[in-house]
Amino acid sequence: MTQPAMNSSLWSYANPRKFLATTERLMPFLWTVALICLVTGLVWGFFFTPDDYRQGSTVKIIYLHVPSALMAINAWMMMLVASLIWLVRRHHVSALAARAAGPVGAVMTVIALVTGAIWGQPMWGTWWAWDPRLTSFLILFLFYLGYIALWEAIEDPDTAADLTGVLCLVGSVFALLSRYAVNFWNQGLHQGASLSMDAEENVADVFYLPLLVCIAGFVLLFIALVFYRTGTEIRARRIRALQARERAGA
Amino acid sequence: MMPDLGKYADTVLSAYAASILLLAALVALSLWRGRRLRRDMQDMEQRMRRDG
Amino acid sequence: MIALLLRDLRLAIRAGGGFGLGLAFFLIVTVLVPFAVGPQSALLATIAPGVLWLGALLACLLSLDRLLALDWEDGSLDLLATAPLPLEAVVTIKALAHWITTGLPLVLAAPALGVLLNLPGPGYLWLVISLAAGTPALSVIGTFGAALTVGLKRGGLLLSLLVLPLYVPTLIFGAEVARRGAVGMDTATPLLMLVGISAGALALLPFASAAVLRVNLR
Repeated sequence: MTQPAMNSSLWSYANPRKFLATTERLMPFLWTVALICLVTGLVWGFFFTPDDYRQGSTVKIIYLHVPSALMAINAWMMMLVASLIWLVRRHHVSALAARAAGPVGAVMTVIALVTGAIWGQPMWGTWWAWDPRLTSFLILFLFYLGYIALWEAIEDPDTAADLTGVLCLVGSVFALLSRYAVNFWNQGLHQGASLSMDAEENVADVFYLPLLVCIAGFVLLFIALVFYRTGTEIRARRIRALQARERAGA
Repeated sequence: MMPDLGKYADTVLSAYAASILLLAALVALSLWRGRRLRRDMQDMEQRMRRDG
Repeated sequence: MIALLLRDLRLAIRAGGGFGLGLAFFLIVTVLVPFAVGPQSALLATIAPGVLWLGALLACLLSLDRLLALDWEDGSLDLLATAPLPLEAVVTIKALAHWITTGLPLVLAAPALGVLLNLPGPGYLWLVISLAAGTPALSVIGTFGAALTVGLKRGGLLLSLLVLPLYVPTLIFGAEVARRGAVGMDTATPLLMLVGISAGALALLPFASAAVLRVNLR
C-alpha cells in the first residue's frame, strides 16, 4: 500500500485514508438523496394520505414511528457487525464506525419512544404505558447509553474499541433476552390487551407506499450520518496521534 | 394546505415537531463537530509540515 | 482455585472488605419503601416480592466495583493473569466469592425483610428460591461489568449504567417467580427461565469477562 512519505509513520493504517477520500466524494450525494427521500416520504404521508378509521389522523405518526424504530434496531445490528469486524480483523474504520453509529441509533430510539408515547396518549389515555414494544425500546436506549458512555470513559482508543466491542456483543444477547422477558412480563399482566399499533396490521397500500419512502429516507440518513461521523472520528484519532507526536518531539 | 387533523391535531403535530427537531439537532451537531475537527486536522497537518 | 476462593473470601470478610455493607443496604432500602409508598399492608404485600428483589439486586450492585478494583490497584490482578490458572477460572472464582459474600447473605436475610413488608405466607419460600436461583446470575453479570470498568477512576457510576440493563431479564423472571409464588400461581416457567439465565451466564460470560480483563491488563 503506497503512502506519501511525509506522514506515513503516523497513518499506521491506510484504510482510514481511503475511507476519508471515498466518503468525501460520496457525502454530498448521500445527504441529498437522504433529504429528498425523507422530505418526499414525510410530505406524502402527512399531506396526501387519508385518516385511519380507528385512529384518526394519528395514523400519520406511523411515518416517523416505524422508520425510527426500525433504524433503532438496525443501528445496533450494524454496531454489532462492525464490532465483530474490529474484534476479528482489527480494521480501525470498523471500530470507529460503530462508535459513530451509537449516538445516531440512540436518537432513533428516542424518536421511536417519543412518537410512540405521543401516539399512545390519545389511544391509551396515558402518556406512557409499559407496552412490551415500547418497554423493549426503553431498555435498548439504556444499552445505547451504556455503550456511548464506555467509549467516552476509556482513554486509549484501541482499548476502548475492544471493550465497547465486547459490550456490544454481550449487550446484544441480553437485549434479545430482555425482549423475550418483557413480552413475558407484560403479557402476564394484561392478557389480551391489544396494544399493538404498528404496521403489523395489514397496512393498506395508500399508507404503505409513503411508509416505504420514509423508511428509505431514514435508512439513507442513517448511512449518511454514519459515514460522515466515522470520518469525523478518524480525524479525531489522527489529531490525537499528531498531538502525541508533537508532545514527544518537543 | 394543512390537512384537517381533527381532534388529534396537537398529537400529530407535536410528534412531527419533536422528531424533526431531534433529527435536525443530530445532523447539526454532527456537522458542527465534523467541520471543527476537519479544520483542526488541517491546521495540525499544516503545522507539522511546516515544522516537521 | 480453592486457594484463590479462600483468599477472596477472607479479604471480603476482613476489615474494609465491606462484608456487611450489602446486607445493611438491603435492610435500609426495605425500611425506606413504606416511607415512600405509605404503610397500607395490602399495598406492601402486593409489592413486597418485587421490592425485595430490587433491593437485593441493588445491594449486589454495590459491592461490584470492589470486586476487581482492589486487586487491580495492588497489582495482584496482573499476577493472576500470568498465573497457570486460566483467567476464565479466575473471574469465575471472583464471581463465586462475590456470591458467597453478598448474594448468599441476601438470600438468607430476605425472609426477615419480607416480614417488614407483609410478604404473604406462601411468598417466603418462593422469594428464597428465586433469589437463590437468580443471585448467581447477578454475580456473574456483575463481574463482567466490573471487568469492563476495572481501570477507571470513577468507574462505579458507569458500572451501574452498564450492569443494570444487563440485569433486566434476571430481575423480570426472578421477581415474577416471587410474585407468582406469593399469590399461589404456577412458577414453573419463570423459574426455568431464571435458572437458564444463571446457568447460561455462568457458562458463557466468564469468557467475555476474561477477554475484557486481558484487554485492560495490556
